Amino acid sequence: MPDLKTIIPEPDNNLLSFVRTHTGQNISACYQCGKCSAGCPTAYAMDIGPRQVMRAIQLGLRDEILNSSAIWLCVSCQTCSVRCPREIDIAQVMESLRLLSQSEGRPPAQREILVFHRAFLQQVRVFGRLYEVGLGIMYNLRSMHFFNNIKRLPSLFAKKKLHLIPQRTKGAAEVRRIASRVKELEREFK
Amino acid sequence: MAQVKPDTGKQEPGRIYSYYPGCSQLATAEEYDVSARLVSRKLGIELRELENWICCGASAAHSTDHLLSLALPANTLKQAEEKGLPLAVPCAMCFSRLKFALHELENKDTRELVSRAIGKDVSTDVTVEPMLKILADDDIAIPLEKPLAGLKVACYYGCLLVRPPEVVNFDDAENPQTMERLMQKLGAEPVEWGLKTSCCGAGVAFPRLDVVLKLSYRILSLAKERGADCVAVACPMCHANLDMYQKDMKAKYGQKLDLPVLYFTQLMGLALGFSPRELLLNRHITNPLPMLRRKGLI
Repeated sequence: MPDLKTIIPEPDNNLLSFVRTHTGQNISACYQCGKCSAGCPTAYAMDIGPRQVMRAIQLGLRDEILNSSAIWLCVSCQTCSVRCPREIDIAQVMESLRLLSQSEGRPPAQREILVFHRAFLQQVRVFGRLYEVGLGIMYNLRSMHFFNNIKRLPSLFAKKKLHLIPQRTKGAAEVRRIASRVKELEREFK
Repeated sequence: MAQVKPDTGKQEPGRIYSYYPGCSQLATAEEYDVSARLVSRKLGIELRELENWICCGASAAHSTDHLLSLALPANTLKQAEEKGLPLAVPCAMCFSRLKFALHELENKDTRELVSRAIGKDVSTDVTVEPMLKILADDDIAIPLEKPLAGLKVACYYGCLLVRPPEVVNFDDAENPQTMERLMQKLGAEPVEWGLKTSCCGAGVAFPRLDVVLKLSYRILSLAKERGADCVAVACPMCHANLDMYQKDMKAKYGQKLDLPVLYFTQLMGLALGFSPRELLLNRHITNPLPMLRRKGLI
């Protein structure tokens, strides 16, 4: 059986070895130069920046990392990964931490971001493609920010930006088949 | 026009592509799809849309489910492989997800698992190219009808077209030049500026508009300071962030930007003689028509 720990995260008490297994990245190599945090567009909004996340992995500060807003505010822009002098793929590490936090069932420090992702995927499962209007409605309902973007509707309508009818594709069935197969495989390998 | 060689399934460095529009391009970013198709046809590039293509999963998939984030694009890669043509992709996010999938599928174990997930044998024998690379190719002659003389353009690439280089393999991660060269060919004048690959805030506009406003305002205000008449983009998400929220930026930061944000394909279309209506230039929230009139381009 192939080693699939790189794809399906398996909780590990040791963060350093979790990250190494799941991403192949060696966090011990980080010497805290701070280039990642300096170039990170969203570091200013994070509770701990990417450099601190790297250090916290070295120190095994599990809760500080997995409950942080940092892992949710990382937008995967890849700037840190490109610039790291130790060639650590930091964006990939942040992603693995985001996935680990979810697999442990922790409440996300940025609840709305996860709500957005889930509402997005729900549209894709139903229609096979993103239905933007549906995403807007579901996001507002599930985030309880009922009036989010409402003030933009008149100009969006005027500019014909909103396509009220979802795209139809036979691919929708394909997406549902793939999504349920993915769930089965994830259960099988856990 | 190059013909498909049936024996190898490959074609000459050529002009027929499978086409993966991406969800946004048939909705809020329709003007990107429409202008990309118009321009391609005019330049003798044939785009054959994949049938029943599905969403790439975008950030929503890769942030929540790694296997799903590989399986969705892998299905598209399989479709493209069966057609035996390189795949043209306008959206930077779709492009990135397809390239990441290709990159990770080089691992045999990953390939095996993803093949099981989609119920088909995945292969990595597919070329995926961003629309920008295809249309900016120096071998393609651009029959200019209306050069964009006097138009100063801030070329904005965003993140995913150029990063990370070992995955996307396109231009330079910090200072790309493809769009600048293309704008020069169109007769426009690209401005020198330092935020062309800085992040606009990506997909957090719903949950954290404040972040998008801050990052996008920084980009737009520098472009304006550098004298740009407009910003050219190659990504529907960048477009939405830079185009839609300029009023919010004025309320928050006090500066009226009024800086039009256009898809590079729309600027190509103008130079090739298409009308503003054909190019859906009336669809943007920040109206580009007054600026284009002032410049004598429409």
